[in-house]
Amino acid sequence: MTAEIHKESSSKTNPKLFNVWLLNIGIVMLFAGLTSAYIVRRADGNWLDFELPSMFLYSTIIVLLSSVSLYYALRSAKQDELGGVKLGLILTIGFALAFCVTQYLGWQAMLDQGLYFVNNQSEGEKVSASFVFAISALHLLHIVGGIIFLLVTAVKAFNLEVHKKNTNLIVMCNTYWHFIGLLWVYLYLFFYFAPGF
Amino acid sequence: MSTATAHADHHLKETFISKYVFSMDHKMISKQFLITGIIMGVIGMGMSIAFRLQLAWPDTSFPILEWLFGRWAPDGKLDPGFYMGLVTIHGTIMVFYVLTAGLSGTFANLLIPLQCGARDMASPFMNMLSYWFFFLSSVVLLSSVFVETGPASGGWTIYPPLSALPKAMAGSGAGMTLWLVAIILFIASSLLGGINYISTVLNMRTKGMTMTRLPLTIWALFLTAVLGLLSFPVLLGGGLLLMFDRGFGTSFYLSDIWLNGAGALEHTGGSPILFQHLFWFLGHPEVYIIIMPALGITSEVIAVNARKPIFGYTAMVISLLGIAFLSFIVWGHHMFITGMNPMLGTAFLITTLIIAVPSAVKTFNYLATLWRGNIRFTNGMMFAIGLVSMFISGGLTGIFLGNATLDIQLHDTYFVVAHFHIVMGSAAIFGMMAGIYHWYPKMFGRLMNKPLGYLHFWMTFISAYLVFFPMHFMGLAGVPRRYYSFTLLPEYGVWMDVNVLITSAAILGGIAQLIFLYNFFSSIWFGKKSSENPWQATTLEWTTPVEHIHGNWPGEIPTVHRWAYDYSKPGYEEDFIMQTTPDDGQEEQLFETETSPSAPDKKDVPEGETVMFWALIKKWFGSARA
Ligand code: HEM
Ligand SMILES: [Cu+2]
Repeated sequence: MTAEIHKESSSKTNPKLFNVWLLNIGIVMLFAGLTSAYIVRRADGNWLDFELPSMFLYSTIIVLLSSVSLYYALRSAKQDELGGVKLGLILTIGFALAFCVTQYLGWQAMLDQGLYFVNNQSEGEKVSASFVFAISALHLLHIVGGIIFLLVTAVKAFNLEVHKKNTNLIVMCNTYWHFIGLLWVYLYLFFYFAPGF
Repeated sequence: MSTATAHADHHLKETFISKYVFSMDHKMISKQFLITGIIMGVIGMGMSIAFRLQLAWPDTSFPILEWLFGRWAPDGKLDPGFYMGLVTIHGTIMVFYVLTAGLSGTFANLLIPLQCGARDMASPFMNMLSYWFFFLSSVVLLSSVFVETGPASGGWTIYPPLSALPKAMAGSGAGMTLWLVAIILFIASSLLGGINYISTVLNMRTKGMTMTRLPLTIWALFLTAVLGLLSFPVLLGGGLLLMFDRGFGTSFYLSDIWLNGAGALEHTGGSPILFQHLFWFLGHPEVYIIIMPALGITSEVIAVNARKPIFGYTAMVISLLGIAFLSFIVWGHHMFITGMNPMLGTAFLITTLIIAVPSAVKTFNYLATLWRGNIRFTNGMMFAIGLVSMFISGGLTGIFLGNATLDIQLHDTYFVVAHFHIVMGSAAIFGMMAGIYHWYPKMFGRLMNKPLGYLHFWMTFISAYLVFFPMHFMGLAGVPRRYYSFTLLPEYGVWMDVNVLITSAAILGGIAQLIFLYNFFSSIWFGKKSSENPWQATTLEWTTPVEHIHGNWPGEIPTVHRWAYDYSKPGYEEDFIMQTTPDDGQEEQLFETETSPSAPDKKDVPEGETVMFWALIKKWFGSARA
């Protein structure tokens, strides 16, 4: 049935891959909304600008590395090197988990500086840190979704179902993963530079 | 290709559950959306009649209210807090559940595959999920009416602090939490659906179905889905921050607050206005998410029943695109009185008034299509014309409100209530009804009863104007919206008779919908059997067999050779030509008339400004294929 649908349809794009792109657009809007909220709220004053813990820089580097390893998996799949596919996916999952750890450590570092998610009036705290916590946590939720996606792809890869003639899944996985990786890079740069304006 | 037999096999294996409950067939999902939407509509309307009774007869006791609402209506009089709850849930149900999911969900599911020529949606599974998220969301929302502290009561726009502080009032507690859960499920549903609609329109059109040959319904439903994809995530973000404020004690939307009984709160530094920005960034596109499918349906129904090509196909598409784009940069007109910078207010004022231009283009095109048409007054056509009337009446008051200086006076009065109930509420309901009457034969294989349809139309039309038109005058006189009763202030007492009129008209409208319900449900079993193409329309859905089959077409999917509006084409025997009819040289003809200004038929056109003007208008906005 599905095969027929594709044969008859007007475009060569795989509709499922297309759906991943649309999902990404939705996610862009979510974070565009949230970072705009940050800007609007900051412009209102009564705001504390603070320096981002350096841990988040490590997150950024790790997420970029994970994209490289996932791309390696995709390229291997296209060349039918099944070993490379597995290695690439395992590495990516490793980097992804490391990303989660650095996020946790980054939050810890913020807490150590007295920047809390819930700010307390009697302590004279400001709302700024709440934004960073909330936005990065929502991003991490998307990373968790990505990890599940990676795991599914890895299971298929270990069942030898990801190869030259069957790259759909790994292409979709790449599309989503590079996207949320880039999204983090954007968020990092945003949190890094926004206080300076 | 043995498609036909494959489908027949498929058919046999279907169980009751896979056919009627967890169906992945877009036609069944469409009916599920429609029927759920109708049920929600009945509930929403019932609520409105309940609170209208309170407004018209504030001192009278209605035992039926006590019977319905129990301790929320002691001695047959609505409790003031519950009145606010009813208003809130009524608005939420109508805006999201009936006119977003009920309207887009029904017609996008039915028409996108059928009119584009696809066997189903890009992902039938996601499509099924979309419905079940919607169903779950409806259940959660309705359940909030039954919790001990009552449903959310701060209005459908759930502004903080009433929505952000669980202790602010009764409805701010469990009711508000359930409201938020319901809306998050709803957003999931509409994103799943919307992604699918977009993907199907862009990727799965049949051979020959170029974007410029798409029926306007599809354009409208497609752009509606795009609007949803771009705006619902922002509401999701805003809603999540609201949940953090409620659950964890953050202060995104809360600044220093002193709460009766609880003293000064720990919250500090937040901004309730921030929520309004996030809300209306969705909220305004949302109103176009509601009206655009109705406009698309109207384009189709009017062209079919005027037996004329839709006037200005290209202009219709461009104005839909314009509306879609502009709707993202006007949200501030809901916030003129929040103390925004006057410069910013002026910017929003300008963009808001510009949006009247594409809206007017659409209206004029409808009128021009009707002009000298060979009109068939089917039930669907009556409602489509009704939409045009409502869209004009309500659009005009939008221009009043768009002027910031006037809006400072009119904001939060009944004038706003009148504006949006006419331009959105009534117009979209009329569009939805037009669609139901028009595509009922496609959905159920039978026709609805025509005389009952007329009765339904006239009662609804008269009641809608009687209910909402007088509200303009109340609003101009300063009567505020969302008040439980107007008996305390003598200035408002003068409106007592008007309130009685409005409520009586609302009850009339309610009775009209009972007629519709009877007609709708009884026709499913007892209606006259429909032929394959009862309205003699040109689009692809009417080439499918009356009996639904999985995969829509028994053999191959038809190829499309022409646009959707070849009605009353000179030189043809019939007054409609199916999109599947091969066309001897549509392209060539097009080419010729556009490049040779001295074509014989143009020679004897007299010179003169008006003629030139119309020729130009026709050249730019009309379609050369007409
Ligand atoms: C000519 C085009 C339009 C203009 C200039 C316009 C302008 C406005 C303005 C300025 C307001 C804010 C009033 C206030 O709260 O003080 C408003 C409210 C509203 N408009 Fe429109 N409007 C137009 C068309 C529409 C359409 C087509 C729809 C829906 C299909 C719509 C739905 C609404 C709704 C739902 C509200 C009230 C929301 C609420 O406060 O509960 N409007 N409009
Ligand atoms: Cu608006």
